[in-house]
Amino acid sequence: MEQLFDIIATCRISDKEVLVNQESILHHGQENEQDWLSTIYHHIGLQYPKFFKMDRLCKAGILGAELLLKDYTYDHETVKEDWGIILMNAASSLDNDRHYQETISEDNYYPSPAVFVYTLANIVTGEIAIRHKIGGESSFYVMPDFDEELMRELLVQAFNADPKLTHILYGWANVDHDLYDVRMFFCRRNMKA
Amino acid sequence: MGESHLQSYSGYWGIPEPFFASLFDENDIDLHRSSSQGQAYRRFESIAITAAESAFQRAEINPDSKNVLFIISTTKGNVEQLEKSQNPDSQCDAYLWHSAQRIAGHFHNPNTPIVVSNACISGCAAQLTAFNMLQYNDLYKHVIVIGAEVLSKFIISGFQSFKALSPERCKPFDANRCGLNLGEAAAAIIYSKSSETESLPDDTIIMEAGAVCNDANHISGPSRTGEGLLRAIHKVTKDFDTKRIAFINAHGTATLYNDDMESVAINRAGLQDIPVNSLKGYYGHTLGAAGVMEVILSSIALQNHNVLSSLGTENPGTAMPLNVCMRNSNTNGDAFLKLISGFGGSNAALLFTLNQQR
Repeated sequence: MEQLFDIIATCRISDKEVLVNQESILHHGQENEQDWLSTIYHHIGLQYPKFFKMDRLCKAGILGAELLLKDYTYDHETVKEDWGIILMNAASSLDNDRHYQETISEDNYYPSPAVFVYTLANIVTGEIAIRHKIGGESSFYVMPDFDEELMRELLVQAFNADPKLTHILYGWANVDHDLYDVRMFFCRRNMKA
Repeated sequence: MGESHLQSYSGYWGIPEPFFASLFDENDIDLHRSSSQGQAYRRFESIAITAAESAFQRAEINPDSKNVLFIISTTKGNVEQLEKSQNPDSQCDAYLWHSAQRIAGHFHNPNTPIVVSNACISGCAAQLTAFNMLQYNDLYKHVIVIGAEVLSKFIISGFQSFKALSPERCKPFDANRCGLNLGEAAAAIIYSKSSETESLPDDTIIMEAGAVCNDANHISGPSRTGEGLLRAIHKVTKDFDTKRIAFINAHGTATLYNDDMESVAINRAGLQDIPVNSLKGYYGHTLGAAGVMEVILSSIALQNHNVLSSLGTENPGTAMPLNVCMRNSNTNGDAFLKLISGFGGSNAALLFTLNQQR
């Protein structure tokens, strides 16, 4: 039986290194760096100034999507209704929530809309949708750990539920207490299936 | 139904500016429940458990069965616990999966609960996940979708900083609308797998279709052209006779941009003559609970052949004209369309029908 979809690219960002299709492309500490996510940004030659306004979860997700798509030829100009994004993690947006919490203490109260907007887990799917013009499903789920079985089930269901979906960016994007764990996959429906 | 629970709060939770909201108080609901072992639940888990308990009792379904799956919809769970940064327990309680495990654990359910956190569309996205789980996973016969949100200084200060809150009761789809009100809520729906051979009882509400689409436009503002919402509407109505739709229960937050965007999407879909309501005038925008709560209220209305009035709307005025339902009325339709949109550019549409002898 033909597979429902093929995984056409994978990427992984940990605290130590960046892998694309299981090959290491960057090690932490190789350069004299500012912060790890900015180092990756510069290393891959990304030019997207909005990146620097984002919280760390969105930065990590944007970098993951960039790594998955950098060698893929696709339409960058029009919104692709047949592409979707499904991400999961354990810490939702807590990394940025802690940052926002610091801005609303009694003696130091200056809530900022620019920080508050990133206190939602699914903003990362929105940022990726804008960057790559993805107009199909965008979903965000929270679970205790990287649960391969459940994650795959949600992916398969998305492909089955919407026969028009041809491509899905999917995977794990977790940022929590300075720990980065991005494991993303770029999947394309197998038209023969 | 007819009264609003929205009221003014001043000096509440140490928030400098006053705000209008719908909050639980101790007389409404037990906000300090605990497990059979005496473990205290937070406010968030307490209200979610109360809603789920009532749903299981009415449906006469055993929550501890392995063919029951829990799906929790929320945006912020126990986020107010972050305030107690020195307390490791509080820090742990802020994780959404941790709350979800407590809720499912309270009912001794053996499956890993799934949390859907998709900003304001969470409640509808969670119902779509439930729909897919029942359709494609043979292990599950019932899925309970619990939408819950409690408010806190965290959430209210953020919406205030956005200048999104109305200083008075919100006026969905009104020409003079000036922002939203927030509300607390917990609501639960149990979805069951229907078999093709077995006929359903009269008055059963059936989810026919659902879709989620992204605008790919802006993280905190809706698309002016209603692009994502229009795509979601098209996906759920494409094989359906839209004359059957009794009403559209819109998101209708009463912010300038949301209500205009919905009016554009509804007009572009050619559904502008169908009565539209927003229920935000009764209890505000309940964030992760909104999609669940509003599907319940709309389902009950459809079962009673009613269309609920859009409380708070005085003079409808949106970018494109809508047939806003100004008073409770009767309907012969046997379907309703639920729309919802939110931060992150996401939009959802769900289509429901009423099972009746035709």
